[in-house]
Amino acid sequence: MAIGPEVLKIKDLKKSFGETAVLKGLTLTVRQGEVLVIIGPSGCGKSTLLRCLNGLEKVNGGEIVFGGQFLTDPQTNWSRTRQRIGMVFQNYELFPHLTALENILLGPLRVQNRKKEEALAVAEGWLTRVGLWDRRDAYPRELSGGQKQRVAIVRALAMDPEIMLFDEVTASLDPEMVREVLDVILTLAKEGLTMLIVTHEMAFAKAVADRIIFLDEGVIVEDASPTVFFENPATERAKKFLNIFQYDDYHKNEGAKGDSGDSPLTPPVIF
Amino acid sequence: MDLTYILDKSPVFVAAAKLTLVLAFWGVILSAALGLMCAVTRFYRWPLVSQLAGAYIELARNTPLMVQLFFLYFGLPRVGLVLSGQTCAIVGLTFLGGAYMAEAFRGGLAAVGKDQVEAGLSIGLGRFQLLRYVVAPQALAVSLPAISATVIFLMKETSVFSIVAIPDLMYVAKDLLKEGRGAETNFLLCAAYLTIILPVSLIFARLEKRLRFAGFGS
Ligand SMILES: Nc1ncnc2c1ncn2[C@@H]1O[C@H](COP(=O)(O)OP(=O)(O)OP(=O)(O)O)[C@@H](O)[C@H]1O
Ligand SMILES: [Mg+2]
Repeated sequence: MAIGPEVLKIKDLKKSFGETAVLKGLTLTVRQGEVLVIIGPSGCGKSTLLRCLNGLEKVNGGEIVFGGQFLTDPQTNWSRTRQRIGMVFQNYELFPHLTALENILLGPLRVQNRKKEEALAVAEGWLTRVGLWDRRDAYPRELSGGQKQRVAIVRALAMDPEIMLFDEVTASLDPEMVREVLDVILTLAKEGLTMLIVTHEMAFAKAVADRIIFLDEGVIVEDASPTVFFENPATERAKKFLNIFQYDDYHKNEGAKGDSGDSPLTPPVIF
Repeated sequence: MDLTYILDKSPVFVAAAKLTLVLAFWGVILSAALGLMCAVTRFYRWPLVSQLAGAYIELARNTPLMVQLFFLYFGLPRVGLVLSGQTCAIVGLTFLGGAYMAEAFRGGLAAVGKDQVEAGLSIGLGRFQLLRYVVAPQALAVSLPAISATVIFLMKETSVFSIVAIPDLMYVAKDLLKEGRGAETNFLLCAAYLTIILPVSLIFARLEKRLRFAGFGS
């Protein structure tokens, strides 16, 4: 998919909670149609970054320009802006008192004042695509985790956003349901939707990303193509982080066979 | 127990029960409105009004209705404000009930998670829409048991209205007691209160069950 003009520019973004600085001057440009995967150790500020982008957190400094608008301007009309920025959460956060379809239609009907038939047609289109049209009248508690998350993605998509933010959307799912959710995101990527994805699924990151953004201690440590990042990370910090996901050099019986020079009992660093 | 006496006096009790019910009805409706307003000011943390609401709630919950009625009926005329017994009854019940309703609603609003609020915000809902479409429906389901308890509590509290000269159930009962008919009076009183309160209780129980099955607690 062709990469278009710049849609999002983040300049020297700073965010702290009280005394704790979480984002310490973060600069990043996203072009239309780009898929950025943001990875980094727990607590490095990935969620905070996404939340700053749709105004769920107030920033302390720097600039965010989205579609020509300064989101760091205190006068920002967030209701209007959030319609253009879709967000999907780790725990789905579907509205429990509404059916799947009602969850999806709430924004288009109440926020965007779209016509019922039109909104319904859009919802039907998306729900069919994620294979859940026949579950439209189910309440969230009647859906599996994977189904809930697909509905949550459709709820965001139904607003017709210019960019989508995904915050560890498979982290709460049972392993067998991860795939059905990631497949939806992969399709969206192919169709050229601009996305910022926070994930711990490295294989998925490699498959979906145009760029990998490695965040550590509130700054961007690496910004590279997936091939470069995963095969040839430039920094020690990234290497160390990637090591967490490596089990190749860890064979239970290696020591007994005596065919390894390194100590086979040095486990990978897990947090 | 003298059944003919009971039958004979029933019309008096029916009339008194009707009056009690009407006063309780207005008290409950106005309490709910006042309570909702207080809870909303506190939900949005509007400065000043939310503190005022907080102070009112403490005042109303920690003084007996009897004392509140005394103030309205005997105290206010001293500063030139004379209210009828019925007005005092409704105002008093609303003053008391508003505080309990506010607490009932607040409990429900507090139970709706921050994550739900953020999910609502992230699809662009405004502050009022968020309350109306996301928070309030969920809060109401959580609040319902407390609301139901408050309604029943308020209906029972009407029994002190007789001190402001309202011919409610307790008032007519006191008259009968003068005739030395303790057992019959007691029976009539119990029957009358049960007749007006039990149905309300049952309706709320059904509502609670209905909401529990309506897709909550996912
Ligand atoms: N509301 C808050 N108040 C105080 N501190 C916060 C708040 N939200 C986040 N933090 C802190 O900010 C830091 C970054 O948090 P954030 O949730 O952005 O990390 P993350 O990279 O998303 O981590 P994870 O991979 O565990 O989700 C953490 O140290 C966290 O404790
Ligand atoms: Mg996070």
